[in-house]
Amino acid sequence: MTVWLVAMAACGGVGAACAAAAPNNARAVLVAVFAIGASLCGLIVSVWVVQSGHPVHLATSQILPFNGVELRLDPVGALFVGLTAVVAIAVVIFNVGYSRGHTMSRTSACALPIFVVSMLLIPSVWNVTTFLFCWELMAVSSLVLVLSDYQRSASVRSAALWYAVLTQIGAAAITFAMVVLAVKSGSQSFSAIALHAPSLSPAVRSTVFLLALAGFASKAGAVPLHVWLPKAHAEAPSAVSALMSAAMVNLGIYGIVRVGNTLLGGGPAWWWIIVIVLGATSAVFGSIHSATSTDLKRLLAYSTVDNIGLILIAVGTAGLLRATGHPAFAALALFAGMFHLVNHALFKGTLFLSAGSVLYVTGTRDLDQLGGLFKRMPIASTIFALGTVAITALPPLSGFVSEWLILQGLLHGISSSGTVSVVLMPLSVGALALTGGLTAAAFVKAFGVGFLGVARSSAAESAQEPPRLMNVGSGLLAAFCVVIGVAPIMMVGLFNRVVLVLEPGPNSIVRRHGESFAIQNAHAMFDPSLIAIVLVVALGVAFSARRILSRHYSVRQAPVWAGGRSFQTARMTYTATSFAEPLQRVFDDVLQPSHDLDVSPSGESRYYVESVQFGTRGADLFERHLYQPVFSFVRVIANKARLLQNGSVHRYLAYSFAALLVVLVVAR
Amino acid sequence: MNGAEVSLASVAAVMAQVVLCVFGAPLLVGLMRTVRCRLEGRVGPPVVQTWRDVRKLLQKQRTQPERSSIFFTSAPVVLVATTLAIIVFIPMITTRTIFSGGSDLFAIVFLLLAGSMSLALAALDTGTAFGGMGSSRLMAIIALAEPALLVAILAVAAPLHSSSLSVIVVGSLHHSVWIATPQRLLALGAFVIVVLAESGRLPVDNPATHLELTMIHEALMLEYSGPDLAFVVLGESMRFTVLLALLSNLFFPWGISTSLRAPSLVVAVIALVAKVTLLAVAIAAGEVAVAKLRLFRVPELLAGAFVLSVLAVVSSLVIS
Repeated sequence: MTVWLVAMAACGGVGAACAAAAPNNARAVLVAVFAIGASLCGLIVSVWVVQSGHPVHLATSQILPFNGVELRLDPVGALFVGLTAVVAIAVVIFNVGYSRGHTMSRTSACALPIFVVSMLLIPSVWNVTTFLFCWELMAVSSLVLVLSDYQRSASVRSAALWYAVLTQIGAAAITFAMVVLAVKSGSQSFSAIALHAPSLSPAVRSTVFLLALAGFASKAGAVPLHVWLPKAHAEAPSAVSALMSAAMVNLGIYGIVRVGNTLLGGGPAWWWIIVIVLGATSAVFGSIHSATSTDLKRLLAYSTVDNIGLILIAVGTAGLLRATGHPAFAALALFAGMFHLVNHALFKGTLFLSAGSVLYVTGTRDLDQLGGLFKRMPIASTIFALGTVAITALPPLSGFVSEWLILQGLLHGISSSGTVSVVLMPLSVGALALTGGLTAAAFVKAFGVGFLGVARSSAAESAQEPPRLMNVGSGLLAAFCVVIGVAPIMMVGLFNRVVLVLEPGPNSIVRRHGESFAIQNAHAMFDPSLIAIVLVVALGVAFSARRILSRHYSVRQAPVWAGGRSFQTARMTYTATSFAEPLQRVFDDVLQPSHDLDVSPSGESRYYVESVQFGTRGADLFERHLYQPVFSFVRVIANKARLLQNGSVHRYLAYSFAALLVVLVVAR
Repeated sequence: MNGAEVSLASVAAVMAQVVLCVFGAPLLVGLMRTVRCRLEGRVGPPVVQTWRDVRKLLQKQRTQPERSSIFFTSAPVVLVATTLAIIVFIPMITTRTIFSGGSDLFAIVFLLLAGSMSLALAALDTGTAFGGMGSSRLMAIIALAEPALLVAILAVAAPLHSSSLSVIVVGSLHHSVWIATPQRLLALGAFVIVVLAESGRLPVDNPATHLELTMIHEALMLEYSGPDLAFVVLGESMRFTVLLALLSNLFFPWGISTSLRAPSLVVAVIALVAKVTLLAVAIAAGEVAVAKLRLFRVPELLAGAFVLSVLAVVSSLVIS
């Protein structure tokens, strides 16, 4: 099996080289061929690992200049490798269609296979240096990809800068945490670290965990380290946004779980309370922003923040339950978290790719300019609609099942641990529910305003289906959402194996009971397939009842009621901005929007208005109150530093002379 | 417990639930209207008026706004279908429901959400300002009602470690002490507010209004006519009835049958009808006394409901 791992890595390298050397029209195809090759290799290994339950191990001391390479793929890693592979396959297929209209540059064609393979490698590496190498490779290659359209506008460059800074700060924290672990345990192999970590002092363990949490949370996009995410996801080409949102942010969760559970072997309750609070804040904050955004890709990006928050709530609850001595319920919460992670990757990949189709066809991602796309591009719109149903956790698609499981985890968390959780768990459920409601509002807005109703611009008016391969790519992920939603029971075995590795001990309490989920000792039985069937039957009954009972079944097209006016233009309809207005008012304190109202009166009287321009700008709360002060502080320091560095050669010579003297005196 | 427990009696029980809800719901809404009218000193339409309206509407032709799509035409069907699914799943007259795999409180919440979302999308699909307005307001209210609803559910579910409706109802039947505990009262308060918000009753929305700018639910269905409107009216009244039945069985489970024997089923049907009618009359009487809240005061009401439900959970864990 190790040969497939090597082939996976090789595919990436060869693919990058070939794609960079290829002529314009062949690049995307070559990228697709090699990325699919690498993903298939990854899929083969991960399926084998999950099926057999044995990890694949490969160690050599020769390849890289840092004390050997070690790869070991266990079921946890296999879950992430398999998921990344599925997403990557869909994305590169989509990208072939996308490149018809937007030629891939040599640089991004080179970076894309490297990005995919680095994400496939991260869950399979098993020592510190290899991990950090792959982590950096992923950061750099994704940064290059975010910058693909750097000529388009300054906002792309600014987004890339934000991303670069936050991801590097995160990487520094992770490096520090891992190096401390490696030094303290005397070996850099994960197995050795896991063996020594329990005997480390609590202070060291906590420092390592907090540093790693900060680093990985910045990659996952948890509040307050999420600031790069809406910017980079919105400005990157859609294929890259999909890869980042559906695959890369997952690795942040992977890192938290790997360090917290495998390397450190669990920790005190307060670690996990921090994780839960982080998750709940991210969930609420992300969903408020996604409910009020009018930029389609920004909306999706903030919804990634919110879903990562939900996953963190589940992971944190698992840790808390284990720390308070309930391993069985901990396994349940972790099961739910991993399930939601997989679902999120699938539906967010679908949504980002369909948003990419919209952008490709209309050239805009502003919901206020869209509308009426469903009639003009029915296939792409249906795919988006499927993603919408999945993400709003409606039965019978995939999001429903995982949110149910998270709620079960919290329900059992509440009654089985101490005082803190008595307050924390209801608030987490509240956060989860608020998130659910706001997500529904956000996606009714995204789909209803963007795809239904009337076209609000000529670009939306002249929209048509995107190239077929784009629909194939996004449709592939949508199909997964449907299958997992209708028959989630087939995933139980997979997740139980994964959870067993992270929570060694009792068997998982999520069981397969016929076609339903059964949770042991909890009288909870749940059958998503049954709900799907009943729903379909009910739909059939209601549909035929309408048909049979009505006397005239034919439909007459009629003009709409426009308050007594005889005509109605697209400008009179609700836009995304107006749709979000009630929620914007409710969450005024969080959003702190600034309004620009520009009224230009016509000559004679100020009561005759020529034109009115209204705009809202909402900067991110954390960006304004957390990051801006840091920036101004740095700027002040930098200004002070300018006094030292004024460009005069004489002064520099004096500095070197003084420095030399100091060195001589000190080293004497 | 099996996923599906099929026997003649259980099928009959489910059919009884469906028939009761489908035929009783418009009567219940009519009854509430009559009660309100009488209390206000008016005669009002007869109780069966809603049924007469539905029958008349079914005979008319369907119309569809010029630029709308399948989302507009299918929403009434989806609304009715999700409500039917809920009726099939929840224990109304017997706790031995036929599909225990779906009898889950959290699942019910998401089914309700599915129905509301289909209406909200249909309203946007019409491409009118009224539709957009109703849709936007509905989604804002739902987003804020959701936390209160789920946490109130948690308050009743947590002491029993289960979100299965049958388990909760049986549990509260056996421990009748719980019926008047603080946590249940607090949760009941939250639940009532949420039910009123979800079904567009006063003080959140006025079902009797026809002024476009103040309405939520009426704005959503403004473009519907004929059989589609009949389905929307029927669906909304069914939803309201289901929510009341759920409320009464969660908090006042008296009379519900725990077996599938015919006599107890008959008693359960009578008890259910009595409880739901009483609740409806109480709500209608209350509606006379309150005015509709300003739209931007509704979040405060819902936040209040959320606080009530959090208190309910906390006290349920502290007390028990």
